Amino acid sequence: MTNQKNKGWQKKKFPLTDFLAEYIIKSVAFICLAVIILIFIFIFKESLPIFSSQETTIQNEEYLQSETYGLENDQQFQIENEIKSISPEYYDRADLKNLTGKDWQPVGSKPKYGLLPLFIGSLKVTIIALLFGAPLAIFAAIYTAVFASKRIREFIKPIIELLAGFPSVVIGFFALTTLATLFQDLFHYQYRLNAFVGGFAMALAVIPIIYTITEDSLNAVPKHMIEASLALGANKWQTAIFVSIPASAPGLFAALLLGFGRAFGETMIVLMATGNAPLSTANILEPVRTFSATIGAEMAEVVFGDTHYTVLFLIGSLLFIVTFIINAIAEFYVRKRLFRRFGKEYDE
Amino acid sequence: MMNNKIVGNGIIAFSLFAVMLIITCIVYMFLEIYINGQDLLTWEFLTQAPRDGMRAGGIFPAIVGTVLLVLTMSLLCVPVGTITALYLNEYAKRNSIFTKTVRFAVNTLAGVPAIVFGLFGLGFFIQFVGGGVDNLSGEQGLIRWGQPNILWASMTMAFLTIPVVIVSVEESLKNVPSELRAASLALGASKWQTIWKIVIPNSISGILTGSILAIGRGAGEVAPILFTGVAYFLPNLPTKLTDQFMNMGYHIYVMATQSTDVEATKGIQYATAFVLLICTFALSFTAVMIRYRFRKQLKD
Repeated sequence: MTNQKNKGWQKKKFPLTDFLAEYIIKSVAFICLAVIILIFIFIFKESLPIFSSQETTIQNEEYLQSETYGLENDQQFQIENEIKSISPEYYDRADLKNLTGKDWQPVGSKPKYGLLPLFIGSLKVTIIALLFGAPLAIFAAIYTAVFASKRIREFIKPIIELLAGFPSVVIGFFALTTLATLFQDLFHYQYRLNAFVGGFAMALAVIPIIYTITEDSLNAVPKHMIEASLALGANKWQTAIFVSIPASAPGLFAALLLGFGRAFGETMIVLMATGNAPLSTANILEPVRTFSATIGAEMAEVVFGDTHYTVLFLIGSLLFIVTFIINAIAEFYVRKRLFRRFGKEYDE
Repeated sequence: MMNNKIVGNGIIAFSLFAVMLIITCIVYMFLEIYINGQDLLTWEFLTQAPRDGMRAGGIFPAIVGTVLLVLTMSLLCVPVGTITALYLNEYAKRNSIFTKTVRFAVNTLAGVPAIVFGLFGLGFFIQFVGGGVDNLSGEQGLIRWGQPNILWASMTMAFLTIPVVIVSVEESLKNVPSELRAASLALGASKWQTIWKIVIPNSISGILTGSILAIGRGAGEVAPILFTGVAYFLPNLPTKLTDQFMNMGYHIYVMATQSTDVEATKGIQYATAFVLLICTFALSFTAVMIRYRFRKQLKD
């Protein structure tokens, strides 16, 4: 009762500013939501023509028509149009068959838009990055959260988090100029730039993410669980392995998931360090090309609105969907599990 | 018992090794870039334009372009990020669907790859907004806004950095003691007055840290501006919002991968990378210091 009275009184005294402030703040908060929706709409919109080749044709005609002026050009346009209608292969088309092919050759008389080599490339680099990065980051997090004394911890943590401050273009540059030569001298393989170099460089970008999240979730393990374990006679490492890590397993899972998402979408590192050849082999010592690098390398050179352009936007939508799913899992599944495990003590 | 000890020591040793390896990588990367670029790090390098087909001279236009980009960007991302954080922490009902959706949107925004933001900037800002403005403004065939420029690049970058600001501001909002809010409300101040006079002044460090971190992030990212405004070489500095600009990160990328004579510009590449690295480090260091000092103040 008193509460309601209070509210009424407040509204009387400060009607306008409070009203305005609340609504402005609410609508600005809406921007983030709107941006996600807009990204979704505008990237999908540009990639839509692929799903119906007819639509591509119509769009192209409109495009041509707007460019033609006068009778002479008009006649020429008609002739061209007739030629096109006679030979359907004149248009480069990206139907489902073309998209699932094994070759990515977007430039040429018969362009091929097979996404398979790009998918393999992305997967190869991501997996190599996680194979190197995840164990290092997780063990480093265990060391800082469990074994290190407070002073050492306050020294280590900022240094490792400094890695997050390296712009990805600098990591890519380092991989391109230094790592690639170093690894080639060490292992004597054929191609200087390949999935291995790119993946290793990517590990450097993934480590700070996995490290920070793992460390946070290890710290979120309730004190009484650790103290109970220590009181029962377990030593520090036994507590870490048998209590802390199982208890924070969902957090570890989230860390790996977000690390995967980062590596899958990262552009500049792979653009610079993987050699950018769309090969579909399992050999990690051969150059690869990833989804993101393809967009970065080819978007600047395509003609607005043509098939190549739409395919690049389709790749963009794929990247968006992947990160969206990863985030949804991390958000709903992991948080729920953690909440159930730690109850109110896990409060974020 | 003996076995246990070996396993335990092994685990501790391996985790220490992991820490050492990561730190070694960081130090090695930093030193490598510094040693190879140090000969060129002079005042002239920072204040001159490139000469002789990029083989000599400095990176002044790239520095100016980067600074303009991050400043324009922060005009959008700092207010939006701060206000969203205020909403999430002060106004939102914890479990309402709207709040949950906004939070999910912010988290997703933080995870969307930078290159997808670039595509979004191209599709939305340049073609939809810019192209639309050009069409409306009358003159047929005149392209002013529907092309890559510094405004669209900074808007694209702003969306990438909004989550950075939100996270930082929210953290500092949480640190404002709820007693302060309660006292202000009890004295008869309205909710907005409390926020404006009590909450925001007390969380100004978070807003500052967030802005600095966002600027650091924006200075280093290249992928979102690849096709929304950056240029390889421009003879003049950008003067209007419709101009293209040069950028340090892009400068490194282009020089290292696409210039005709990569070897001849090696030194410039390393030196540019070092300057960029120092900028981002300095920014994140400042952010950490502000946060640290403020926490100390709160404790006292």
